[in-house]
Amino acid sequence: MRVTVGLGSCGIAAGADKVFNLLNKELEDFTPCGASAVTGCIGMCYLEPIVNIDDDVYVKVDEEGAYELVKLLKGQKNNALSYKASAQDIELLASQTRIALKNCGVINPESIDEYVLKDGYKAAEKCLKNMNFEQVIEEIKTSGLAGRGGAGFPTWFKWNAARNSVGSEEKYIICNADEGDPGAFMDRAILEGDPHAVLEGMLIAAFAIGANEGIIYVRAEYPLAIIRLEKAISQARQKGFLGKNIFGSDFNFDIRIKAGAGAFVCGEETALIASLEGGRGMPRLKPPFPAQKGFKGKPTNINNVETFANVPWIIRNGGEAFAAIGTENSKGTKVFALTGKIAKGGLVEVPMGWTIKDVVFGVGGGIQNNKSFKAVQMGGPSGGCIPAVLENVTIDYKSLAETGAIMGSGGMVVMDDTTCMVDMARFFLDFTCKESCGKCTHCRVGNRRLLEILERICGGGGKDNDIELLEELSEEIKAGSLCALGQTAPNPVLTTLKYFKNEYEDHILNKKCTAHSCKPLLTYRIIPEKCTGCTLCARKCPANAITGTVKTPHVIDSEKCVKCGDCVKLCKFDAIVTT
Amino acid sequence: MSCNCKNEPRQELENYLENGNKTESDLIPILQKAQEIYGWLPPEVLSLISEKTGIKPAKIMGVVTFYAQFRTKPVGKNLILLCQGTACHVNGSADIESAVKGELNTEEGEMTEDGLFTYNNVACLGCCSLSPVMMIGDKTYGKLTKESTVRVLNEVAKGVKA
Repeated sequence: MRVTVGLGSCGIAAGADKVFNLLNKELEDFTPCGASAVTGCIGMCYLEPIVNIDDDVYVKVDEEGAYELVKLLKGQKNNALSYKASAQDIELLASQTRIALKNCGVINPESIDEYVLKDGYKAAEKCLKNMNFEQVIEEIKTSGLAGRGGAGFPTWFKWNAARNSVGSEEKYIICNADEGDPGAFMDRAILEGDPHAVLEGMLIAAFAIGANEGIIYVRAEYPLAIIRLEKAISQARQKGFLGKNIFGSDFNFDIRIKAGAGAFVCGEETALIASLEGGRGMPRLKPPFPAQKGFKGKPTNINNVETFANVPWIIRNGGEAFAAIGTENSKGTKVFALTGKIAKGGLVEVPMGWTIKDVVFGVGGGIQNNKSFKAVQMGGPSGGCIPAVLENVTIDYKSLAETGAIMGSGGMVVMDDTTCMVDMARFFLDFTCKESCGKCTHCRVGNRRLLEILERICGGGGKDNDIELLEELSEEIKAGSLCALGQTAPNPVLTTLKYFKNEYEDHILNKKCTAHSCKPLLTYRIIPEKCTGCTLCARKCPANAITGTVKTPHVIDSEKCVKCGDCVKLCKFDAIVTT
Repeated sequence: MSCNCKNEPRQELENYLENGNKTESDLIPILQKAQEIYGWLPPEVLSLISEKTGIKPAKIMGVVTFYAQFRTKPVGKNLILLCQGTACHVNGSADIESAVKGELNTEEGEMTEDGLFTYNNVACLGCCSLSPVMMIGDKTYGKLTKESTVRVLNEVAKGVKA
C-alpha cells in the first residue's frame, strides 16, 4: 500500500505539509504502508491538500481528515469517505492528455528510482547509444514540437542552428525557468513535480547540439524548485546520467543551477544570457542569435522548462505519436495554469485544438459562484483578453494569434462580470512599466505614458481623444522596441480596446465602470427600504461618512465617502449598493 | 546609514569572496550571498565586494538596482511579500495591500518603526489558486481577506515579541 501527499508549493500553502507530518507520525510503525511519501502537484489546486492511498484520491484533507485516513488504514471506524474525490473530479483529471505533466503528482520528485521506473532516462539512453545527433533532431522535427515559453518557435530549428554553428567546440544548453509571467506556474509545477524529466530533456538536447555544459536559470522566488533540482542533479550524477562518458559513450555533460534575481525581462533569451554573465539583464539586437553567439559568445540553445519536459516522451514514443496529437499547425499538448474567477482552478494539460470553452467549462468547471464568463486573459502581459463570444476559438498558435492574444507560456486568467477590462489593461501596463529594462525609449517612456492615460481613465479623468491616443501610442511602442517585452506590452490595451471598447467609452464619457470595479467612479448609496439601522456600517466607516440613528435608515455623505467599499462587505442586509 | 557589521558576517563574506577566483560573471551570486548574510546590501559591503573582486562600484550598483531581489535598505525581522500577480489582482490584492499598509503604518520597502516588518509587492508567487496570497518568511498565507490579513500580522508580531 502506498500513501502519498501532494507537496508542491501550492499544496504546502494549503496546509499539505501539516497533513504529511501528521501521517508520517501516525503511520511510522504501521507496516502495511509505512510513512507517507511526497509527490509534486497533480494540478487540482482547488482540492488541495490531496492525499492518495493507492488509486484512491482524498481531497481537502485537513488535520481532522488526516486522522480519518489513519483510522481507515488501520481498519478502524472512520469518516474518510467524506474526503474522497468526487467521480466528476477524477473524470476531469482523466480527460486531460498528460505528457509534460505525466509524472507530476504521481511519482516522488525527490527519488530518481521512481523516475527510472517510469521509463526515466530510457530516452536519453536510446539517443546516446542508438542514435546520432541528426536522427535526434529529425525526430524532434517530426514531432512538430514548438517552444512552450510563449513564442512557439520550432524546437528542432533552434537545435539544428546550434548544432550547425561552426567555429566553436564549446556550446551551451540553457533551460529557461525564469517564469515571471504573473498568473502562470506551469514551470514551477514541473520543476517541483518531475525535475528529472527536465534534466533528461536537457541531456538529449545537449547530445543533439554537442554541448557539454547545461545551466538552469530559475527564479529565486521558487525555493522549493531549486531544492528539488539540486537533489535531482546530484542523484543523476551518482547514477552516471550526468558527468563523463554517459551510458558508456564518449559524451560528457553536466548541469548547474543559476538562481535569477528577479527581473521579468530575463525571460528574453539575450537578456537571460546577459544576466548569466553577471550583468544587468538587458536584451540586445538579434542577430547574432544565441545559436551563433550566446553565453560567453559561444553557440547556445535556450529552451523553456515545458519544452524540455516533452522531449523524453517524444524520443520514447516517436515524433509521429506526438504529432498525432493536436492540430495541423500546433502539435502535442499544452499545459495551462487556470486561475482567476474559475471554479476549478489549477494546472491542466490538454491537446492543442481544444476550444477555450472546453478548457474553461470542461476541465475548469466553469465560473465561480455561477457568475457569467466575460473574458480570458492569455499570454500574460504580452498577451491579450479574449472575450466570451470567442469561446469557440481553438487553442493553437495560429487561431490565438488571430484574436490578438497569444498562446504564451500558459497563464489563463478567467474573468467574470466583476472584472473591469480597463483596469485589467492598467494592471498589465503597471507590470510592464516596472519590468521594462529601460533600454528602448518607446518601451521605457511610451509604456509609462500609456499607463498614465489608463490610470486617468480609471480615476474618472478620461478625455475625448484618449482612445485614439492609446491606439496611436500602442502602435508606436510595438514598432520602436527591441525585444518582445516592449513589442508586446501594448497587447493588453489593444485587445481590450478591440473587444471591450464600450467599457472604455463608459469610463471616459459617462464616468461609469460597469464592472463596479474602479472605485473612483462609483457612488455608494443606502437603500432605505433595506436598511435596518443596525449602525454597523456607521461605526466601521473609516471616513465617518455614514450617519443615522439606531433602527432608522442611514445615509452616506458622498462628499466624505472615500469609496473604500468596506460598508458593502459589512452590511448583512445588502442595503448598500454602488452605482 | 551604517550597518551593524559585526566581524563575523564580514569574515564569512570575505571567506566566500576569497574562495575560488571570483570574476564579474559571479557578481549576482556574490550579491545574493552577501544579502543572505546581511539581510540587505549596506554600502560598506558593496565597497568590500568591489575591493576584493576588482569589479567597479558603478557596475555593482548597476546590477544591484536592476534586480528586484536586491535591497539597499535594511528590512524588518519579517519580510512580507505581497503577491500582485494577475490572479491575486482579480481577487482583490489591492485591498490586502491597503490593510497591510494601514496596520503597519508604513510604505512599501520601508521598515516599520519597531523593526518587525517590511512589506514588498512582488510579481506572481505561483500560488494562484489560493489568491490573494502573501508570504511572510517562508510561510504562505492564502485566500486572504482584510480581516485575516490583520489577524496574521498580529499573530506574527506576537510570535516575534514573545
